[in-house]
Amino acid sequence: MTKAKALVITGNGTNCEMEAAHACRLGGFDEARIAHIAELLTGEVSLDDYHFLNLTGGFLDGDDLGSAKAQANRLRYAAVEGKEERLVDQITRFIADGKLILGVCNGFQLLVKMGMLPALSGNYLNQTATLTYNECGRFQDRWCYLKVDADSPSLYTKGIEGGVYLPVRHGEGKFLVDDAKTLEAIEAKHLACLKYSDRNYKAATMEFPENPNGSVNAIAGICDETGRIMGLMPHPEAFVHRTQHPRWTREELPEEGEGLIFFKNAAKYVKENF
Amino acid sequence: MPHRIEITLKDEVRDPRGERIKREIGHFLHLDVAEVRTIDVYTVDAELSADELAQAAAGPFSDPVIQDYSIDKPAAAGFDFLVEVGFRAGVTDNVGRTAKEAIGYLLGRELAAGEGVYTSVQYLLSGKLTQADAEKIATGLLCNTLIQRYQILDAATFKAQGGVAPFVPKVQGEAKVEVNTVNLEVSDEELMRISRDGVLALTLDEMKIIQAHYRDAEVIEKRKSLGLGAAPTDVELEALAQTWSEHCKHKIFSADVTYDDGEGNTEKINSLFKSYIQKTTADVRAAQGDKDYCLSVFKDNAGVIKFNDDWSLVFKVETHNSPSALDPYGGALTGIVGVNRDPFGTGKGAKLIFNTDVFCFADPFYEKELPKRLLHPRRIYEGVVEGVEHGGNKSGIPTVNGSLVFDERFAGKPLVFCGTAGLMPATIKGEPAHQKKILPGDLIVMTGGRIGKDGIHGATFSSEELNENSPVSAVQIGDPITQKRMFDFLIRARDKALYRFITDNGAGGLSSSIGEMSEECGGCQLDLSKAPLKYPGLAPWEILISEAQERMSLAVPPERIDEFMEMAKRYGVEATVLGTFTDSGIFHMLYGEKTVAYLPLSFMHAGLPPMQIPAKWEKPVHEEPKLEASADYTGDVKALLSSLNICSKESVVRRYDHEVQGGSVVKPFTGVDNDGPSDAAVVRPVLDSFEGVVVGHGICPRYSDIDAYDMAANAIDEGLRNYVAVGGSLDLVAGLDNFCWCDPVLSDRTPDGPYKMAQLVRANKALYDYCTFFSMPLISGKDSMKNDFYDGTTKISIPPTLLFSVIGKMEDARLAVTMDVKRAGDAVYLLGATANELGASEYLAQIGFVGNNVPKVDAQAALATYRAYGAALNAGLVASCHDLSDGGLAVAAAESAFAGGFGIELDLAQVPFKGDAAGKSDVALLFSESASRLLVTVRAEKAEAFEKAMAGTAFGRIGAVTEEPALKVKGLSGSVVVNAANAELKAAWQAPLKDL
Repeated sequence: MTKAKALVITGNGTNCEMEAAHACRLGGFDEARIAHIAELLTGEVSLDDYHFLNLTGGFLDGDDLGSAKAQANRLRYAAVEGKEERLVDQITRFIADGKLILGVCNGFQLLVKMGMLPALSGNYLNQTATLTYNECGRFQDRWCYLKVDADSPSLYTKGIEGGVYLPVRHGEGKFLVDDAKTLEAIEAKHLACLKYSDRNYKAATMEFPENPNGSVNAIAGICDETGRIMGLMPHPEAFVHRTQHPRWTREELPEEGEGLIFFKNAAKYVKENF
Repeated sequence: MPHRIEITLKDEVRDPRGERIKREIGHFLHLDVAEVRTIDVYTVDAELSADELAQAAAGPFSDPVIQDYSIDKPAAAGFDFLVEVGFRAGVTDNVGRTAKEAIGYLLGRELAAGEGVYTSVQYLLSGKLTQADAEKIATGLLCNTLIQRYQILDAATFKAQGGVAPFVPKVQGEAKVEVNTVNLEVSDEELMRISRDGVLALTLDEMKIIQAHYRDAEVIEKRKSLGLGAAPTDVELEALAQTWSEHCKHKIFSADVTYDDGEGNTEKINSLFKSYIQKTTADVRAAQGDKDYCLSVFKDNAGVIKFNDDWSLVFKVETHNSPSALDPYGGALTGIVGVNRDPFGTGKGAKLIFNTDVFCFADPFYEKELPKRLLHPRRIYEGVVEGVEHGGNKSGIPTVNGSLVFDERFAGKPLVFCGTAGLMPATIKGEPAHQKKILPGDLIVMTGGRIGKDGIHGATFSSEELNENSPVSAVQIGDPITQKRMFDFLIRARDKALYRFITDNGAGGLSSSIGEMSEECGGCQLDLSKAPLKYPGLAPWEILISEAQERMSLAVPPERIDEFMEMAKRYGVEATVLGTFTDSGIFHMLYGEKTVAYLPLSFMHAGLPPMQIPAKWEKPVHEEPKLEASADYTGDVKALLSSLNICSKESVVRRYDHEVQGGSVVKPFTGVDNDGPSDAAVVRPVLDSFEGVVVGHGICPRYSDIDAYDMAANAIDEGLRNYVAVGGSLDLVAGLDNFCWCDPVLSDRTPDGPYKMAQLVRANKALYDYCTFFSMPLISGKDSMKNDFYDGTTKISIPPTLLFSVIGKMEDARLAVTMDVKRAGDAVYLLGATANELGASEYLAQIGFVGNNVPKVDAQAALATYRAYGAALNAGLVASCHDLSDGGLAVAAAESAFAGGFGIELDLAQVPFKGDAAGKSDVALLFSESASRLLVTVRAEKAEAFEKAMAGTAFGRIGAVTEEPALKVKGLSGSVVVNAANAELKAAWQAPLKDL
């Protein structure tokens, strides 16, 4: 069987690489490599050698031009040394090869600002949505209930019943789209796989703090139409063991955290398809 | 010609930044504004084609989904007043730097030297405002004129002049390099003028020592041979001033003190630091024998203790008070990213695993008149909170523990404590990672940011009181991303052993870092002209002492330099070889070929005789209030819960990422609704292990009003008790002391110096007494001794404050205990005895008294409680535990109850009491802040085992957890004296700072 290989990109302000790699390993990846962006730009590490790309949380370039904007610009224009290609070419080839990308928090912001989500009709380089300042105007670290759309093509959320409980930690998590048509398409195609909801996962909510940022339609995470590329503001890698839950000292919880399923599903998909 | 790119939000998009400003204008300046909209402005000072400009505007500078851009055409419309705020020349502009880099990627080439991008923000104000109102908004809220500039235009003027003209805040320095000499053969008054005007903060005695050095015939001879005159160069004088500053040298802590205890006994103390702090650790380590877990204490940038066989734990807490008083945002940001460099620069380097922060402010709702130059406490609060938020979050380090302390006297200077812990491998390539050395011949390398005029005289300025003329340049703005990039590179270089020694460039800049490193091997030779500069025009002395941020200094063996430099380049980190370490015994600075400083290390580092400071203790006597017994204390409990020192700080804490890195076990908030206040934090730094790091702290400045000995004793006890409450082990625990004092040196301005010095002596005595008893070594610390404001008429001195941080280990983090009650029917215990100790309590403060019965810490009883409790916790007998501090039993019980979502019923008659029975009353039992007490709940079926575990200690079963969510307390007479629903108590507790 293929060795399932995950890559976590770090550098320029990415912060969650360690726990993302840890989650990949716990989820069943045989290898989880943390690569600095410099190693990609010098060609030491190539995306082609991996199945699952993690763009994880942090503050790329300090969010100085708006979250992840500078990195989106860098990935778009920066050339890989010794190869006749830009980094973005490796990424589009990675997608075309049927491989997996998970963007968490700052990684979600990056995917959206590069146009890789929602990427309607497979257009991966056209930005149609964004993530901007929380409606409350403040960074928020709090746990949120996320209702899962069971009809979503996302391979990561398969098997989740009802929803998942995960932390958000962001100042720019308000999801917005360029026009009503984009939103309609996202909803019609069930791409909004995660929505902020009440604690029973009954209904999506626009109420603060359950919806911590005021996202349109309470959208917390979306995927592309293939279900292989997904981005979300909450942090699945931050809940892979019960002791990470804010109430683990008072609730009976299984050993495994609810965020691990994202990584298990990814590993399973890789092992079944490559 | 510079171009202006203006980025506006599309009409239908909300502007949260503008909305926040509008709210703050109302809250804060009491002005009513109809609307505030904001525009981001990029002033591009570079040769770009129209096409390239449009690409930059449309690409990295704007978000097509929510924003529009306009180039060289004013976008603002529909306002009454426009305020544009940008940085002053030379102030770090992080966004501008990133924008410049983004253009580089876009063009496929870097911008030319001297080209740049500068950012500013336009605030469009609509409403019935006058020019004076707009001015007030600009200077009172939007712009800190120390570091920023602003212009105000009304709509008509804006229209008439066709918008805002491009302005490029570039430092227009002449690239003229001058070294001046300073004639010290002058009168004493003139010597002091030189010190004062140059912000050297050197005393007359120190100036005369320097004068004497330059009169030495041998020195003159040697200097002559190097082409130097007899008078010191400005480079030399500045280097000495940095090295000898209170900030770097801790002159007060090393002084000879004559201490009069007020009862006829006089004691000579040679160095408080050696006699109490170092001695504490030495005695504890000696007593621990082969169980000693200290690895590196007091000699490096941070302390190092053992975590397990594979990993060592590093911790440091710093203060950044003076800069935060001037520029709260920049000062605090620099505080946090600055302390990050301490553990990173300890041993061979550590990965940073968490931050802690404690802020002391005056009431943010302060409404009285303040002396000129002091910022309003609310502005300090906002700025500091945001600065630390950005510094911590952007660096990817979780902020796991902290507190906010309020006292009116912190209007004079806020205290901003920032701490950072790190984890380093026990060994790297076979060598202990906590050790490092330099060999002569190793290269001096500086990495990270460039040098500018920012932060010049930070070390000397913070060694003086804050006054009207405090220098602008002492303020820096940190850049967490430049630092993060550097750390990403250096940690990889560390693991390849590409360098031998690393240290941080903090106070005093290169002068301090290279000066200290030179002591390791016996000298250095450094060419200041090689240092990378932000802009031309810096004099050599400025290069030497600039505190420009995000820089580390390293010693790289010559045989590794190529690999080191190549790797730095790949990781986008600037690294520069500045010179060589030597064994010449000389701190030798060149500028090009020319010697500009030639200082014997022996003179630099040992040339200073100790200060002589008198200390005289006089026990203050305060008015003792007559407390009438009341039938109902419910209102008092609610009032306490709503006091600033006790109320919920959730609105601040949620702005700090406390979970990044994935190791969070006990978070700042806990309980059924995730909103109960945790006592301490537990973190798993190694994700595939359940070994935990536990961190807590204690701070109680108000107790200094009665006796700083007890202030310190209570801070230590509080730190340890918080640590123990969640599960920290007494077998691997260490303390850090941060002293923030008002100037204790007798002078015309400080006639009460001997009293303040006596307070310092007493605090140190407590530190020794308690830490040795608790077997808790001190591993690092810091003092900040000039926390006063003086403008010639008004003097504000902070209350003497010790922040005592406690760090240690818990073998199995899965045994951690939180403060929220867990289920109805559980037994409620109070561990430790209560006394009539309302002195300096929050309760008395509420009614305007200090009193005299300050809580006394009984170390023996405390240790017995903590040991027994720790054993019970490890045996799984404890359901919840909350420490008793401000507000006493009543507050702790209320917090535990509403955090857990169940009620608590208590009977005060069951509370263990110590001391004169005449002092036993409902009010004392409810609100005394007696030390070493924990409120514990235990499952009914485990109660017996728990009582057995606690046998021999003072404890009482004082009540039970109830289904009905309410706090009910039965008084000594048998009637109910407190009765309130959880919801009311929680609402009172959450209200004060909710909207800040």
